[in-house]
Amino acid sequence: MSETTATAGVISTPARDQPPASLVGPWAWLRTNLFSSWWSTAVTLALGYIIVRVIFDVVMWGVVNAIWTVPYNANGVADTGVCQLAKGSGACWALIADKYRLVLFGRYPYYEQWRPALVVVLFVGLYVVSAMRRFWRKELLLVWLVTLTVIGILMWGGIFGMTYVPEDSWGGLPITLILATFGAAFSFPLAILVALGRRSRNLPAVKMLCVLYVELIRGVPLISVLFMASVMFPLFMPAGVNVNKLLRAQIAFILFAGAYLAEVVRGGLQALPKGQGEAADALGLSYWQKTGFIILPQALRLVIPPLVNTFIGFFKDTSLVLIIGIFDLLTMGKVALSDPPWQSFSTEMYVALAVIYIAFCFAMSKYSRNLERDLNRARVR
Amino acid sequence: MSAALQSSVDRGSNVEPAILLDKVNKWYGSMHVLRDVSLSIAPSERVVVCGPSGSGKSTMIRCINRLETHQEGRIVVDGTELTDDTRALDTIRREVGMVFQSFNLFPHLTILQNCTLAPIWVRKMPKAEAEDLAMDYLRRVKIPEQASKYPGQLSGGQQQRVAIARALCMKPKIMLFDEPTSALDPEMIKEVLDTMIGLAETGMTMVCVTHEMGFARQVADRVVFMDRGEIVESGEPKSLFENPQTDRLKLFLSQILRGH
Repeated sequence: MSETTATAGVISTPARDQPPASLVGPWAWLRTNLFSSWWSTAVTLALGYIIVRVIFDVVMWGVVNAIWTVPYNANGVADTGVCQLAKGSGACWALIADKYRLVLFGRYPYYEQWRPALVVVLFVGLYVVSAMRRFWRKELLLVWLVTLTVIGILMWGGIFGMTYVPEDSWGGLPITLILATFGAAFSFPLAILVALGRRSRNLPAVKMLCVLYVELIRGVPLISVLFMASVMFPLFMPAGVNVNKLLRAQIAFILFAGAYLAEVVRGGLQALPKGQGEAADALGLSYWQKTGFIILPQALRLVIPPLVNTFIGFFKDTSLVLIIGIFDLLTMGKVALSDPPWQSFSTEMYVALAVIYIAFCFAMSKYSRNLERDLNRARVR
Repeated sequence: MSAALQSSVDRGSNVEPAILLDKVNKWYGSMHVLRDVSLSIAPSERVVVCGPSGSGKSTMIRCINRLETHQEGRIVVDGTELTDDTRALDTIRREVGMVFQSFNLFPHLTILQNCTLAPIWVRKMPKAEAEDLAMDYLRRVKIPEQASKYPGQLSGGQQQRVAIARALCMKPKIMLFDEPTSALDPEMIKEVLDTMIGLAETGMTMVCVTHEMGFARQVADRVVFMDRGEIVESGEPKSLFENPQTDRLKLFLSQILRGH
């Protein structure tokens, strides 16, 4: 400010419209951000050394010294001697080459594994299509229904000449994606209804039910909800009624995620100015018109960051199904490591699994940032 | 003057009132915010409600389309009594437009969408027809060129004019204004008041909570002065402002005039 007054006389000359050359360009950026004082220079150099060192070590371990294949003996058992020798200095990616189908598709019959592979592709395609705003119309719901039906047909089979494969033989990435996708698709609408119910003023019974649901589920660890679903739930069912384990775990997930998401949605509803609802009322819009056209589009937009946060959390939490004996991606990694020749190469396995999880989670978080930016571009507030 | 008063009484007795409040009482908890408020407004009548803040004037006007509920007394709008019956409420809200102090435009919809939403979904009007209607009203409030913009891109005065157009698109019989110019910068007040004056000339029944005494003098058939939840005085603007009967109104007028 004081500078403005000091240079007020020359401000109108064109040359002053540009900042001085010493304030722009990469060198200026380096100077102001990394080397502004001797202390910051020291921190920059120290951290720079550590970063370069770590990158160097990772590249040496993961690429340069890595072992990509191992010999197999006559019985088809891998001879991991080379890997044992290189242990500590080089990664043994031969493990992934040997086990990737087991990890990705579990105990699904080997020659039918094109089916779960196709399912994974379909899921990813579904995500990509759903992410594009120009496809956000009613027909998208139909696309979901059709795709999920096709996924069901592919996984189970039993028709179109495909052999029947029971859920007990499913495993790996399709399980993770099934739990996450159906979990999100059902828990989100549930959460919206619960959040609306919790704010209802003229339906006290509904409101109480919603509060009870949220508080009950939130007060219990996910693991115990899963245990209840897998162990206790069958005890309450009449004899002969058998709901399969995967479905029970899926329902447990939906209920659990629903309670958390409901609170996120409620936060958005709370943040919306009261006048928006009043204006909709004054125009004569019905409750559902008001909610669908005015309240939810704005409230959900406000809570995109915490919503995606919760979705990412639940995507990873699907791995907890391992405790009730469902073989998701992470569990299959553990199973693969139980093969004697490969037992000591858990680092490689977990690094590979981490890459898959990171790919999905990073995509979600990147997408949410883009979505936020796009949705807010139109309105300047 | 007495002739004019006579005519307004005649209107009140012969024609069914557009809005009738009969001994309306309302409490917020233990706070008595409306005390025996009785008011009859004839079709095409223009009433300005004024009073100090906290006097219950906004609450009263918000009771007319049931954004607030009253606890005692009767409110009859356009022949329909306001009760818990939701169908009666739907009928009334369709006939009563409202303009708010803080505009309350829908920020995620364009100006045009703001105007067509209710006609399309509440009046079941075809989209093209609703858009024609909306453009017609946007022209009347003199901002048709902003139709495809979002509310956040408009000035306060423009937003309030859109809010008026949005309410008019429902073709209401009655318009309620709740301090429509209080949130505006001084240079924008006039454009909104001019729009309202234009609307008054079409014969619309209007109830307006405002402190704009110039507007009241120019447009109002009747000014109602409220204080502490009750109607203290009411009458033609000229006589009310120049010859206040109660100390409360005298005090209020002196404060307003000092403020201006």
